[in-house]
Amino acid sequence: MISNRRKLFLWTVRGLMSLATSLTGLLTLFLVGYVLIRGIPNVSWELLSTSPSYLSDRIGILPDILNTIYIIIATLVIVLPLGVGAAVYLTEYASNKRIVGIIEYAAEALSGIPSIIYGLVGMLIFSNNMGTCLMAGALTLVIMNLPVIMRNTQESLKTVPQAYREGAFGLGAGKWRVIRTVVLPGCVDGVVTGCILSVGRILGESAALLFTAGFAHVANGFIEGLSSAGATLTVALYVYAKEQGEFEVAFAIAAILMILSLLINLSATMVTKKFQRRNQ
Amino acid sequence: MKPIITAKDLCLWYGQSQALKNIDIDIPECSITALIGPSGCGKSTFLKTLNRMNDLIPGVKITGTVKYNGTDIFAQDVNLLRKEVGMVFQKPNPFPMSIYDNVAYGPRTHGIRSKARLDEIVEQSLKDTAIWDEVKDRLKKNALGLSGGQQQRLCIARALAVQPQVLLMDEPTSALDPISTLKIEELASKLKEKYTIVIVTHNMQQALRISDRTAFFLLGELVEYGDTDQIFSNPADQRTNDYVTGRFG
Repeated sequence: MISNRRKLFLWTVRGLMSLATSLTGLLTLFLVGYVLIRGIPNVSWELLSTSPSYLSDRIGILPDILNTIYIIIATLVIVLPLGVGAAVYLTEYASNKRIVGIIEYAAEALSGIPSIIYGLVGMLIFSNNMGTCLMAGALTLVIMNLPVIMRNTQESLKTVPQAYREGAFGLGAGKWRVIRTVVLPGCVDGVVTGCILSVGRILGESAALLFTAGFAHVANGFIEGLSSAGATLTVALYVYAKEQGEFEVAFAIAAILMILSLLINLSATMVTKKFQRRNQ
Repeated sequence: MKPIITAKDLCLWYGQSQALKNIDIDIPECSITALIGPSGCGKSTFLKTLNRMNDLIPGVKITGTVKYNGTDIFAQDVNLLRKEVGMVFQKPNPFPMSIYDNVAYGPRTHGIRSKARLDEIVEQSLKDTAIWDEVKDRLKKNALGLSGGQQQRLCIARALAVQPQVLLMDEPTSALDPISTLKIEELASKLKEKYTIVIVTHNMQQALRISDRTAFFLLGELVEYGDTDQIFSNPADQRTNDYVTGRFG
């Protein structure tokens, strides 16, 4: 028989926990709802498809969208071979397990560093040498995302059964052929997940880019864009809200970013599920 | 019969612990040799030495010689050795690709590109392992969809596709049901017309049913090696007698 005091205690604990849960849920819903409600009415085709013009007093975010796309492409093109290559080396070739452990630990630690520090270092190394430009920003983002790609690929490489490697070696395949034909196809899911997570991080990054990539809103082609200063959507959001007081535009960008990151999370989940099903 | 594999004074260490002690053995061509003994006796280790799969394990040290067709296996190209001395593993391990690509993997590895030639090899290998009729309509389907027994016969076909001389089998039926086991045994008996088979088994009935020669391993030593009938009916060593009559192991 449970005493009444005990019952009251259990009931209170349960009540407090459900309160915490509903508060968390409500806060999230409020934030998403507030941004979308204030932002979406300000998203117009004109905003998305034009550049800002002082003459006609018009604000357009096309340059910022282009810059974001350019910086994502440039970062991934550099970070993918580096990250996947490092992961393959550490998992398949490296024989000194202690050094592998240290590198893995360093990579974990690297992903916990505040991004503004990456920005500071990126500014000193890249921007001071090549000027403030998207490419300097992309290189900074490469350093930031290298651990993400590397660790995801590595974890995925470890799930490729040893029996596959043995089977291929047993047929007389050399090391590289085993990696290319049996090991790498088995870790595509990790690479794809790493990519999606990286795109999410790049999309959301502002601190590191404020230092390195600049604030300009000029629509350029890919090559020209990379070599000149430019704001990505997140940086543009900061500039419009903080320095120009254009809150309609800021909320419009916020709504767009919110929807994009929801889509990215959704696709990461879907990719993971799809590969889990395939592996079963 | 002429020996195809000859080991002399073979010793093997995993780090500090010695797993094989002074093994001397001649394995005759076109026959089935069974390696028996309790767990940890070194029979699998010996089998894996024959195509140098032990190279993959760090810290392995080997002394003595193993000759395949008269040449030292440790002095030749390991990938060419493994093409000649193929391997079938304890658990069926088809690659996660189509049935066709599984069988074609080995020939492609060794440079065969012609589609017609590959088709021919795949068909012949699958026929040799008596699985052709079961899979000929779904060669492009993923091999992981086959049953365990079919997967193991596919793995044998995959090993045969590179035209080896010797087939090493590491407890190939221990993960299979009795019917699939019988199919693999029947297959092995048929394959010995063309290939030399060395099979590790925990199942003494299996050794008795299919092998011509039997080697009994204990604690890293080769205790006794002789004709299967003699080993099982009239062993020379007391320890062999105790093991084959089921007194330990």
